[in-house]
Amino acid sequence: MNGTAKPMTGSDPILEIRDVDKAFGGVQALDRIGFALEKASITGLIGPNGAGKTTLFNVITGIFAPDAGDIRFAGQSIENLEVHQRVSLGIARTFQNVELFESMTAMENILVGLYTRTRAGMIQSMLRLPRTRQEEARARDQAMELLKFVGLQDYASRKSGDLPFGWQRMLEVARAMAAQPHLLLLDEPAAGLNMSETGHLGELIKEIRKQGITILLVEHDMSLTMSISDQIVVLDQGRKIAEGTPRAVQEDEAVMAAYLGKKANPTND
Amino acid sequence: MDDKYLPAIYTGFALGIAFLGWRIDNAYYLQLLIFIGLNTLLALSLNMLMGYAGQISLGHAAFYGIGAYVTAILSTTYQVPPLLALPAAVGAAMLIAWIVGMPTLRLSGYYLGMGTLGFGMIVHIVLREWSSVTGGASGFVGIPPLTVGPVEFASNKSYFFLVWAVVLAVIFLCRRIIDSRVGRALCAIHDGEKAAAAVGVNTRRLKLQVFVLSAGIAALAGFLYAHLVFFISPGSFGFMASIKIVTMVVIGGMASIWGALFGASLLTLLPEWLHAFSEFEMVVYGLILMVVMIFMPRGLTRGLMDIYERYRKTHDRQ
Amino acid sequence: MQELLQYLFSGMTNGAVYAVIALGFSMLYSSTDLINFAHGEFVMLGALCMVSLTAGAGLALVPAFFVTVAAVAAAGMLFERLAIRPVRHPQPIVLIIITVGASIFLRGTGMLIWGKDAHSMPPFLDIAPIDIAGARLLAQSVWILVIVTALAAGLHLFYKKTLTGKAMTACAVNKKGAWIVGIPFKWMVLLAFGMSTGLGAVAGASIAPITMSSYDMGTILGLKGFCGAMLGGLGSLWGAILGGFLLGILEAMGVGFVSSGFKDATAFLLLLLVLYVRPQGILGTAEVKRF
Repeated sequence: MNGTAKPMTGSDPILEIRDVDKAFGGVQALDRIGFALEKASITGLIGPNGAGKTTLFNVITGIFAPDAGDIRFAGQSIENLEVHQRVSLGIARTFQNVELFESMTAMENILVGLYTRTRAGMIQSMLRLPRTRQEEARARDQAMELLKFVGLQDYASRKSGDLPFGWQRMLEVARAMAAQPHLLLLDEPAAGLNMSETGHLGELIKEIRKQGITILLVEHDMSLTMSISDQIVVLDQGRKIAEGTPRAVQEDEAVMAAYLGKKANPTND
Repeated sequence: MDDKYLPAIYTGFALGIAFLGWRIDNAYYLQLLIFIGLNTLLALSLNMLMGYAGQISLGHAAFYGIGAYVTAILSTTYQVPPLLALPAAVGAAMLIAWIVGMPTLRLSGYYLGMGTLGFGMIVHIVLREWSSVTGGASGFVGIPPLTVGPVEFASNKSYFFLVWAVVLAVIFLCRRIIDSRVGRALCAIHDGEKAAAAVGVNTRRLKLQVFVLSAGIAALAGFLYAHLVFFISPGSFGFMASIKIVTMVVIGGMASIWGALFGASLLTLLPEWLHAFSEFEMVVYGLILMVVMIFMPRGLTRGLMDIYERYRKTHDRQ
Repeated sequence: MQELLQYLFSGMTNGAVYAVIALGFSMLYSSTDLINFAHGEFVMLGALCMVSLTAGAGLALVPAFFVTVAAVAAAGMLFERLAIRPVRHPQPIVLIIITVGASIFLRGTGMLIWGKDAHSMPPFLDIAPIDIAGARLLAQSVWILVIVTALAAGLHLFYKKTLTGKAMTACAVNKKGAWIVGIPFKWMVLLAFGMSTGLGAVAGASIAPITMSSYDMGTILGLKGFCGAMLGGLGSLWGAILGGFLLGILEAMGVGFVSSGFKDATAFLLLLLVLYVRPQGILGTAEVKRF
């Protein structure tokens, strides 16, 4: 419910994925995927289209159950936890096609993001006791802080569906942050952003890392990914084909072959 | 709606209702206003489920009927004082909603609509066939009037004030839920259930909770109905009754408390106005439904507001 | 034994009717992803038209049958053109209300034209009921069975062998893709509605001789036909046939062995069962919207 994650020791990887398989019909979307994420690191997950990146996100967040394999978060297996329970535990995500609550304002979107960190239920809301009112006020303050963090404080009452696309992406990140996650999964956050917005995004992600949050980033924008990631995992057709520092991955032949590029360094699309 | 003015609007509304109740003595008008009140309760109940949480229910009259029949049976056959039958009536509906809701709310779209439809039909058939308990198709007679202590709500005026007091209380409580953490989560489920789950909303449990809540409010309306008319029959709680409630919400405007009120008023008064057409009644009713939904799918209140907005914009340019 | 057989026969007769109605639902859904709540009213129109043309206008059976089906199909296409196509944001709830509104409208129209009385007409062939092992099978029942089989076969061939049929399936599977390859989407939907309501008319015309037709007969028939379609698998043609028959037989058994009052409940209980346990129905493979 409104639980918090188990306290972690410094050396545990925050996320461990072991031998995860996932097939849809005849297609093996994930094939024995395994890697680990260190706390407060940024990991870039790259690979050609159809490599299985979003599927992996969906498996980590609980939308799909893996056919085989193990996922451990902060040392405990999260196999039997539902999507919303994993959020309480500390895993948050954004979506490839921004999935904001379009009829609600920016502020309201973030307030929903705070759902796992607040507790007023139906009956408490009807009674509106002082404790509930205080929680609501605190939540609004926190939401405002998050809006400031992404630079949208002046648009708190704007309907989120009316915001320009780049800002919607920022809002979605802020909403994910509202859940106070230990692990943040970002699914192509730079897609559709221009150069300066992408730069701003990169800074934002680094700020998030400074707060001790671990980030797993799916991105096609190579300059962004390579510049901010501590490590890179490369998927191709459901399999992990490379893992390592950005430099090592850039020079890996299997990676180059997967991208069909003859150039030495994979470039921006 | 500007939130600042909301308390003033509600107070004004309450005073307006009180004024009407004080000044109107005509039995026909009072009854009409009472029925608008009951229908408003029904529309509000479904609005919470459909308008805010976005879950289609085509069998909602079943809860209306359960509320009416439970109190009818308890207060007549078993001589239970109506006031004690109230929690039983509301509780029974909520319990049934909980049981039925669990498997049904896993569905969505058309399938959810059909599931709720099937449920509604089954309840209707049970009410109609279980004659030994419910009186069967010919209905249930002899329901006693509602007494609260020394006060007996048997006159039109007293019932008018009772029903509208309940309506205002329910509006007040619903408003509170909507403007809270739960209300926002419901809207989130409506806007994107996948995303709502992804931010930690327990969508299954919340949908079930709002389903149970809306069943309870509908049963409350049923309770009030039974002690108003003293005779109930299954015909009032069938498929058409469920559709009527859906129509009130949809035409009035979903996710809008005023929309529920407006839709309830319109659909209570419409059959009265259509009596003049008598044999054209169904044709006109059906036409209105189709036309409004085709051109104003967000309901009349929003549709009219949109038209007003567009009119204002074109005139601003000049 | 004789009792069981009798239930089976009456069940099969009703089942055949439900099957044709279910065919209309499934066929429309597989072509357009739409569920027409007013379908039952087109059945009613078929029945009453048939009665009027044969009794009132004195038309012979065969021409009356075809005129009825054509007229109702035309009405169905008019309905699509006027009430479905103009909808800009076709969400389920909007379409449900529109088709429900249409259902009420058509019922009102039926009442205006044919009044509140029930009408009957003689069976297609004036043959005495057939006696099988002590149970009686009405000749009209055999007719209905023949018609159902012919329809099923016909539709199967249409979808599998004709270009139009394949085009229609394409539209349902992928609207944009169909449009890109030049399939006239709007015509396909129109045709689908015409075919679906035409099927409804066939059902109505077939049962007019064995039932009392009135303006309000459509609603419950439509709902039951829908239950049959869901049971067999919405969108699957053979599923509709199977579901319709299964519903008819189970209903008859229910009446025989339980009670007649709860007859109507059979359909809805089965519907709920299907939705909870296997939403795609017995033969369906369609992706079901379950969260």
